Amino acid sequence: MPIQGLEVLQSSASLRGQNTGLRVLAKVSKYIDTSTCIGCKACEVACQEWNDLPVVPTQQVGTYQTLPTLQADFWNLIRFNEQEFEGGLAWLMRKDQCMHCADPGCLAACPAPGAIVQYANGIVDVNAENCIGCGLCETGCPFDVPRFSAKTGKMSKCTLCVDRVDSGLEPACIKACPTGCLHFGTKEDMVELGHARVKQLQANGFANAMLYDPPGVGGTGVVTVLAHGDKPELYGLPKDPRVPLSVTFSKRILKPLGIFAIGATLVGLFTHYVRTGPKKPHDDNPPRTGG
Amino acid sequence: MTNGWVDIKNADVILAMGGNPAENHPCGFKWAIEAKKTRNAKLVVVDPRFTRTAAVADVYAQLRPGSDIAFLNGIIRYAIETKRFHEDYVKLFTNAPYIINEKFAFDDGLFSGWDDTSKSYDKSAWAYQPNPTTNSYDVDPTLQHPRCVFQLLKKHVDRYTPEMVERITGTPKETFLNVAKVVTSTGNAERVGTITYALGWTQHSVGVQMIRAAATLQLLLGNVGRPGGGVNALRGHSNIQGCTDMGGTFEILSGYLATPRSELPDLDTYLQKVTPTTLNSQAWASMNYWQNYPKLMVSLLKSIYGKAATKENDFGYSWLPKTDGNYSWMYLFDEMYRGSSNRAGGVEPGPEGLVTAGMNPASIGPNAPKMVAALSKLKWLVVVENYEIETATFWKAPAEYGGAPVAEIQTEVFQLPASGFAEKDGSFTNSARWVQWKWKAVDAPGQSKTDQEIIARIFLAVRDLYQKEGGALPEAVLNVAWNYTNPASPDLGEVLREINGKALEDLFEPPKDPKDLKEPKKLIKAAGQQLDSFGQLRADGSTSCGNWLYTGCYTEAGNNTQRRNNADPSGLGMFHQWTFSWPANRRVMYNRASADAAGKAWDPTRPGIQWNGEKWGGPDVPDIAPDSPPGKFGAFIMLPEGSGRLFAPVLADGPFAEHYESVEAAIQNPLHPKVTSNPASRRFSTKFDKYGTAAEYPIVCTTYRLTEMYHYWTKNTGRLNQLQPGFFIELPEQLAKENGIANGEQVRVISARGEVQGVAMVTKRLGPMVVDGKPLWHIGFPIHWGYTGEEGHLGPLANMLTPSAMDANTWTPEFKTFLVRLEKGRPLKST
Repeated sequence: MPIQGLEVLQSSASLRGQNTGLRVLAKVSKYIDTSTCIGCKACEVACQEWNDLPVVPTQQVGTYQTLPTLQADFWNLIRFNEQEFEGGLAWLMRKDQCMHCADPGCLAACPAPGAIVQYANGIVDVNAENCIGCGLCETGCPFDVPRFSAKTGKMSKCTLCVDRVDSGLEPACIKACPTGCLHFGTKEDMVELGHARVKQLQANGFANAMLYDPPGVGGTGVVTVLAHGDKPELYGLPKDPRVPLSVTFSKRILKPLGIFAIGATLVGLFTHYVRTGPKKPHDDNPPRTGG
Repeated sequence: MTNGWVDIKNADVILAMGGNPAENHPCGFKWAIEAKKTRNAKLVVVDPRFTRTAAVADVYAQLRPGSDIAFLNGIIRYAIETKRFHEDYVKLFTNAPYIINEKFAFDDGLFSGWDDTSKSYDKSAWAYQPNPTTNSYDVDPTLQHPRCVFQLLKKHVDRYTPEMVERITGTPKETFLNVAKVVTSTGNAERVGTITYALGWTQHSVGVQMIRAAATLQLLLGNVGRPGGGVNALRGHSNIQGCTDMGGTFEILSGYLATPRSELPDLDTYLQKVTPTTLNSQAWASMNYWQNYPKLMVSLLKSIYGKAATKENDFGYSWLPKTDGNYSWMYLFDEMYRGSSNRAGGVEPGPEGLVTAGMNPASIGPNAPKMVAALSKLKWLVVVENYEIETATFWKAPAEYGGAPVAEIQTEVFQLPASGFAEKDGSFTNSARWVQWKWKAVDAPGQSKTDQEIIARIFLAVRDLYQKEGGALPEAVLNVAWNYTNPASPDLGEVLREINGKALEDLFEPPKDPKDLKEPKKLIKAAGQQLDSFGQLRADGSTSCGNWLYTGCYTEAGNNTQRRNNADPSGLGMFHQWTFSWPANRRVMYNRASADAAGKAWDPTRPGIQWNGEKWGGPDVPDIAPDSPPGKFGAFIMLPEGSGRLFAPVLADGPFAEHYESVEAAIQNPLHPKVTSNPASRRFSTKFDKYGTAAEYPIVCTTYRLTEMYHYWTKNTGRLNQLQPGFFIELPEQLAKENGIANGEQVRVISARGEVQGVAMVTKRLGPMVVDGKPLWHIGFPIHWGYTGEEGHLGPLANMLTPSAMDANTWTPEFKTFLVRLEKGRPLKST
């Protein structure tokens, strides 16, 4: 549900687009420092508690990681990876979740008007009321985040606790983090924090340390400090994420065409109505029921 | 902790060894991260497993479980060899200059004074050499005398060369040397380092000596008493510090006063035995704080027995129970199982009943089959808990625990539902010695009651029976003071007031001239008023106090444990107006050692206390007489010599830490094969007390805990079960490959006591090791499961496999190193 008072910057399958009359809000961002994350999973529980997500069934299969991937009822997952480097072993831990891209591929791919919105502060949210559960947003996401819930028939993912943020609180995961490897603030501040930490890591021998804020999606609302920044894939992050070409093509070329087509269809229908009159009901066509 | 959680942020080097703070103390560990971020501090992790703490370390070294003393003695040797220690500090504040008597020796694994019949040491063979002319002890301030502590230490650790360290610990020499270099970078005035440890040190047959080695190293580096330094025990439970402070083990009363023993029949004999006399009356003399023992003990007796305690009846000393043997865990359960106990007074029957509250013996004791068998010998068992735990259902434990058939078990079990920590007011004392009040958050479910109500009702019922029917030793029950507004459920605020202590009569300052009767008396406290500090306690019965260390926690100003002012003028994270920290609201213990001979801070950016020409001032509360000029007293005021002990002539297993193998030894001790394991550590001899050999059980195994779980409780909690759904066994990749075990498959681990089966977690985080020239494998598993809990999340008790082995000083079980073998798992029964 769109948050009252938070203005929408862009909305799926609608022409609303870049609204120049909007109040200017600072873009918000999470900050994740994987080099001080201890994989305690407090964020996983906090996310579930705040968002009223049920306990998901899990099984010990030989890893510290709670689940293989994100789920419709599990929006925040610490990914564990044991990795050998020249200097020794590393146990990489990264908080996986929606990245809240500035150019959200999910939003671009979504055919349902208003089902995915991006607020003026940059948060990308699913509006379940409008979601048709088609799953196309999955194809638009370069981070493999949105999940279809068979229970609700809707897509779901991290909302960046937009309800908390709109009330001046930090997201639940940030609140729960015991070491301070998670922070929340304006994108500008989080990037500054990230660069300072990257500089420190570089001075301490991690020459490839970097702040992950990929330009291919216009930057993200989750910036991530990676000690081994030359290999983001070791953390389960794509090296150079982009919105798939098919989605961009569909958004930039097909959608305007589609809207034109809808217009043309409406004109056609009107013409048809004017010429043939209202449609008569068929008795042999029972009403659809849910199932 | 000598220091505190927040103080870790002041460290330049943090050595995390014998503990896994990121996983087991994640909230406190934030201060290690803070030090890394703000001071660019180096986090050094030395652990058999590459843990989640190691994942954020700057330096990591893998060592064989149980070989920590060899590693630490290696660093001590390196520090002395390379002169990377704080020499000024060592000369001022430690016993390095003391001469040890000629009887002291160390030969082939045994210190002098060993008696092979009693398997114990005569500690008089390790004494300081007295000097009759100075009425003190012989010292050599130049540290050159061959029998001074410094030279003896140097000689003792000389065997721990980097090559020997590698041979014993399995840590490659270069890795060890890198750790030694980083750690000893703090051996000077400019830098400070801390050591944090936990059960990874205490739960060994040489646990206390591991901590001794760490204390020796920290004294040598000049890191004790300074902000950012210390030897810091990270306690495992939210209030285990409070439990210990209040007499949580059998040999101490509250405030660490000794439990009276049967051979000390009256108060005078007791006080004579326990009150030390000053050993050092020279410059840098000892304040010998324990000379105040009579004040502390009499005030405690007054708080227990109230008006019934008088000078004439020894303040009720004779009513206190006296110990006549060892009542620690393994002895108690051994006697329970055998049905008899060997006491000072002869052989007696074993215990017939057990009350257990907040404690799960079936799960937490070593050698679980013996625990289950022992419980089945009881006539009655009372379990005060908030879940139905393994102990309450021991009689229906699965067959593999080897318990008797249900029909043969006669134990009557009473379960009393107790409220959880969030369901009641009260205080937690954390590792930093902060006594912090917390408020009830939710109502307790059903008919559950608070612990204090359960204890109070049992007490009142017993007292009622005594009043009506009489019984053995009636005074011990009838004379207990029980002056609470609601006797059946004492308010814990009232209890805390009682612990703090109060004046029972008007207290006056001692007259300056006792003969001058006209001198006006100066009132310190009026009768009935709460005391401010333990300095106000009296030995004449005019004060009462439940725990002298807590005096100041609840004064006339109110409940100071509720204070939440986070002002921190020094910026060092001391927060003197946040709650109350024992003793005397002091945040760093032994803080006299934070300043040099003249009383100036070693490091002006991190001062502890400083001499201003007239008295000692902050930022911390001075741990020395405030008006005693520098040079008068030594920094270690609780010791009769006043100096920090590089040589500790008081422990059961030697004055210097020495490497011994665990009781189940993986190899012969390379230093002295004839004395492989700790000679002073006891074993048991029932049919359950089996010990394995390396020939049969070639793999070293250890047990541990996970961030996601809390002890044996949280397997009842769905959200946490989701994060760690079940029991698993961590195996090195190569070992798994050799045994044809793939990640996620079932695997069995077998020790001389039993076997467990679980999911194999095949990992790079446990490496192959070369120990004493041969490859050695080590594996491990977490402890959190058992046969009660949420459906689908049950598992074997880790202690199925652990031995009846223990530390020689504290009798703490050796959970951290034992021997096992590995087999493929059996197919799971389909359900």
